[in-house]
Amino acid sequence: MRKFNTTDLPMTDRIRKLLDDLFAKMPEIETDRAVLLTESYKQTEDKPIIMRRALAFEHILENIPITIRDGELIVGSATKSPRSCQVFPEYSYEWLEGELDTVEFREADPFHISEENKRILRETYPYWKGKTTSELATAYMAPEAILAIDHNMFTPGNYFYNGVGHVTVDYGKILKIGYKGLIAEVQAELDKCNVYDGDYAKRHEFLEAVIISCKAVITYARRYAKLAYDTAQKCTDPQRKQELLLIAKNCATVPENGATTFYEACQSFWFIQMLIQMESSGHSISPGRFDQYMYPYYEADINKGILTREFAQELIDCIWVKLNDLNKVRDAASAEGFAGYSLFQNLCAGGQTKEGLDATNDLSFLCIQASMHTRMPAPSFSVRIWNGTPDEFIIKCAELTRTGIGLPAYYNDEVIIPALMSRGVSIEDARDYNIIGCVEPQASHKTEGWHDAAFFNMCRPLELVFSNGVDKGVQVGLQTGDVLQMRTFDEFYDAYKAQMKYMIRMMVNANNSIDVAHAERCPLPFLSSMVDDCIKRGKTVQEGGAIYNFTGPQGFGIANMTDGLYAIKTLVFEKRLVSMADFKDALIHNYGRGLTPKAAAIATREVVDNLAAAGKPVSKAQVEEICRMFLAGTQDRQQLAKYDKLLEMIEDLPKYGNDIEEIDLFARDVAYVYTKELQNYKNPRGGIFHAGLYPVSANVPLGEQTGATPDGRLANTPIADGVGPRSGSDKKGPTAAANSVARLDHGIASNGTLYNQKFHPSALSGMEGLKDFASYIRAYFDQKGMHMQFNVVSRETLLDAQAHPEKYKSLVVRVAGYSALFTTLSRSLQDDIINRTEQAFNA
Amino acid sequence: MLNELDYYNFDYYSARGRIFDIQKYSIHDGPGIRTIVFLKGCALRCRWCCNPESQSFEVEQMMFEGKKKTMGLDVTVAEVLDIVREDMFYYRRSGGGMTLSGGESLLQPNFAPQLLRACHDFDINTAIETTGFAKWETIEKYLPHLDHVLMDIKHMDSAKHKAFTTQPNELILENARKIAESGMVNLVIRVPMIPTFNATPEEIRQIAEFAATLPGVERLHLLPYHRLGQGKYEGLGRDYTMSHIEPMPNEYVQRLLQAAQHSGLKCQIGG
Repeated sequence: MRKFNTTDLPMTDRIRKLLDDLFAKMPEIETDRAVLLTESYKQTEDKPIIMRRALAFEHILENIPITIRDGELIVGSATKSPRSCQVFPEYSYEWLEGELDTVEFREADPFHISEENKRILRETYPYWKGKTTSELATAYMAPEAILAIDHNMFTPGNYFYNGVGHVTVDYGKILKIGYKGLIAEVQAELDKCNVYDGDYAKRHEFLEAVIISCKAVITYARRYAKLAYDTAQKCTDPQRKQELLLIAKNCATVPENGATTFYEACQSFWFIQMLIQMESSGHSISPGRFDQYMYPYYEADINKGILTREFAQELIDCIWVKLNDLNKVRDAASAEGFAGYSLFQNLCAGGQTKEGLDATNDLSFLCIQASMHTRMPAPSFSVRIWNGTPDEFIIKCAELTRTGIGLPAYYNDEVIIPALMSRGVSIEDARDYNIIGCVEPQASHKTEGWHDAAFFNMCRPLELVFSNGVDKGVQVGLQTGDVLQMRTFDEFYDAYKAQMKYMIRMMVNANNSIDVAHAERCPLPFLSSMVDDCIKRGKTVQEGGAIYNFTGPQGFGIANMTDGLYAIKTLVFEKRLVSMADFKDALIHNYGRGLTPKAAAIATREVVDNLAAAGKPVSKAQVEEICRMFLAGTQDRQQLAKYDKLLEMIEDLPKYGNDIEEIDLFARDVAYVYTKELQNYKNPRGGIFHAGLYPVSANVPLGEQTGATPDGRLANTPIADGVGPRSGSDKKGPTAAANSVARLDHGIASNGTLYNQKFHPSALSGMEGLKDFASYIRAYFDQKGMHMQFNVVSRETLLDAQAHPEKYKSLVVRVAGYSALFTTLSRSLQDDIINRTEQAFNA
Repeated sequence: MLNELDYYNFDYYSARGRIFDIQKYSIHDGPGIRTIVFLKGCALRCRWCCNPESQSFEVEQMMFEGKKKTMGLDVTVAEVLDIVREDMFYYRRSGGGMTLSGGESLLQPNFAPQLLRACHDFDINTAIETTGFAKWETIEKYLPHLDHVLMDIKHMDSAKHKAFTTQPNELILENARKIAESGMVNLVIRVPMIPTFNATPEEIRQIAEFAATLPGVERLHLLPYHRLGQGKYEGLGRDYTMSHIEPMPNEYVQRLLQAAQHSGLKCQIGG
């Protein structure tokens, strides 16, 4: 049996100080990149786009201000201030232009921006008019797809306004051969190009662009070498001086050359990780299998006696801190969907080797320890579990879970590997998968997965069934017929499937339009240089250069649709306790309940606008009256009693999440309405669509845009989270809930499923508690569940944190596929987390 | 001829008994992740009992969260086993299984042993939580189908035992010894620590010392008094005579733990 070093290591004062410095002030928006990018673009208008991208990248890396933060051992910062961000006008800018004065004061993810920087951006933006990916994508989209987006049927906002990201590159290769080695490879390909080749123009230009980009990175690292050296000369603290000189030496060596020590490998890794995020604004740049590609350097240094486990730990901790130093500003609406300043840099430990052996090593444990030390949202730390995972490892993971920071997330190799293979991934590549972003598996450094392509709200098409495809007075969906005329449940269910299918097709249109726009306007030579097989194929990942190509938009709302469709089936068609007309009436009137203030304001505005459009302006008093009406709900007692009775009947029905086979199999079928349909479509990179089932945190904001649903959910309230049951409806404890969730077909959702659980800390106390917890995960995985993550914090703690945020600045919770600081989340998202069923032990 | 795998056709699967609850994912009532089946009816009336609805064998009504709830359901072994088997994956991974609690499962000798036996048919680990207050012949019917016995020893003084539980302790102490000597099960002794009854270092020490004399017994679980059952008394329309008793501060519980540790047993707070 292999043995691991599982001994805890203490956190050093350096790390403590780096963490303090990180949160010393509010994140800022910086403009250096935007200015340099625009300068370069203005001078390269006559060149092919791929060359313009490379030259702009070069211009940025040669000129952007660089800084070494106090006490850090790994250097390279994208911004002057910690946790701040650059902006990327080539993708979109209108939203930020509109939000420049409000971005500091919004609820989700606020950023400070100086008046000077506001002025700079306002001067820079006019150049970008008509040149962004989002504008081109809009031009490509079908009008009916745009209509569907406007009506919130789905939101492709992520890549519509930003870079794509969501990729893992071949870190291991750069650590080994350096960019010098990579440039040599590219040069060899260039040498093979003949000017008379059919694809010469694009291939040649791409390869040249890669070389320029890689050289720019080497230049950038040398700037750091010089800065470190100069700083050392002025440094009066002899210890820090030595550190700076070593940093200077590292940066002069890597990433230009292959790393020869673990420390160099760490520094090289960081340049790669950070600079990918300088080239594009795409988030979820995921380090992937860090414990695998870093291990050879660790092992060699330990064996040579030139590295202590303690120093290795400190270096890893430094990387963890750096991962939290990067940031990104999103538009106000997206910020709510991805709340918590997260970049979703997903880092993975454990699992299997390409050959199918257990991959756990001593570094896997140091990674867990680093998350225990830093207790920060980044990296999104994932662990791969399979039948051969050593107990020591999963129990150490459980210890991390017990700290309450929502990490790690647990993934099941036994489901994910076959799921990827079913999509054409080879067995070796499938075993070498890592997690991207929230929960999305991909074959490491060989995939352009377009994970997280859109949020698809499965509740909205059901609203269209009741309205015959009309939303807010506009024919947005199909005309599936008058719902009151439907005589069987099958007829009703078919109408739902038809609306779903139609909206899936609209989403495919939108995704593919955006996809093409990225290929045309923002191909990425630097990123593509590290994804197989772009160099051999002579094209970027945006143009289909990766070996595996997917588009993975994520559906959510399974629990609501399962319970809701079941309610219609039982109450209307089988038991005939409610007429369809009464059900429809109850949904329109939100079961007689008033709307939330925010929703009431929106509804009032709509009525007022409609009246104004019809030539009937309304007085201020009338507006107030209308709003009051929306807030108050039904006043008619008799009517209200009727709604109450319906709600009670719904409440008494069996629910998804309680290990009831009939309902759970129905849920499986409801999920198929999304997953099976989606896999029929193709993307422009030669790949297929495949489904994810998870909402990130969008179940809250998109729930706000969704009317009442037949599961008894009130209008504008959150939709169920992940593939889990609705909050509070799983009443038989964590095993029953997990058994229900495991009855979904996770294998077909090869873009990932997400199952959140909340445990009370007492359930994990002592070694026995940890063991039982680990067994619980393994038993869920035995039943082919795909993913599980946990919030281990008491309800009282969360309520107290809401009341006294100042006391809980470092309270990290699991949101969806990632963790975030609780106090930075919007109130409604906080409420949603508090209300997720808490699974305590039964005394 | 019966198919060997056709367990459900065996006659003991149709044995009937009375339960009032089934709880899953219990991790403090025997090893691993367990499902607890609560049987109705008990011979003792402990003043602090946190499951007062378990005491009477009769089906009764209890108000719970504003709704009337019927406590007591007659079920067959097969019906209970179906529910217990739903968590099979968790037992296998954790070494858990089913625990019979109560009430007092020893009072349903025509049901409980059959249920335990059925669990063993499916290799489900079994345990009971018991007062040990029953005739030895009855207990003998259970032992072959049991892996773990979690047995209360509440007090060494029989008079005081009777005053607080309505029954003397001689039979209980005798049964504890016989169970231990049988060597058939893993026996763990549990002590509810109740202020005014037994929660002094001296009384706890006496119990622990007795437990240490039982062959094979290695563990002692000390269960500090809590008031979580109070609402149920109101729901049943009964008086809760312990309402004036405060739960013990943690430091005091630690003192009692130390007193127990003198026995040399492995002692822990909680199950």
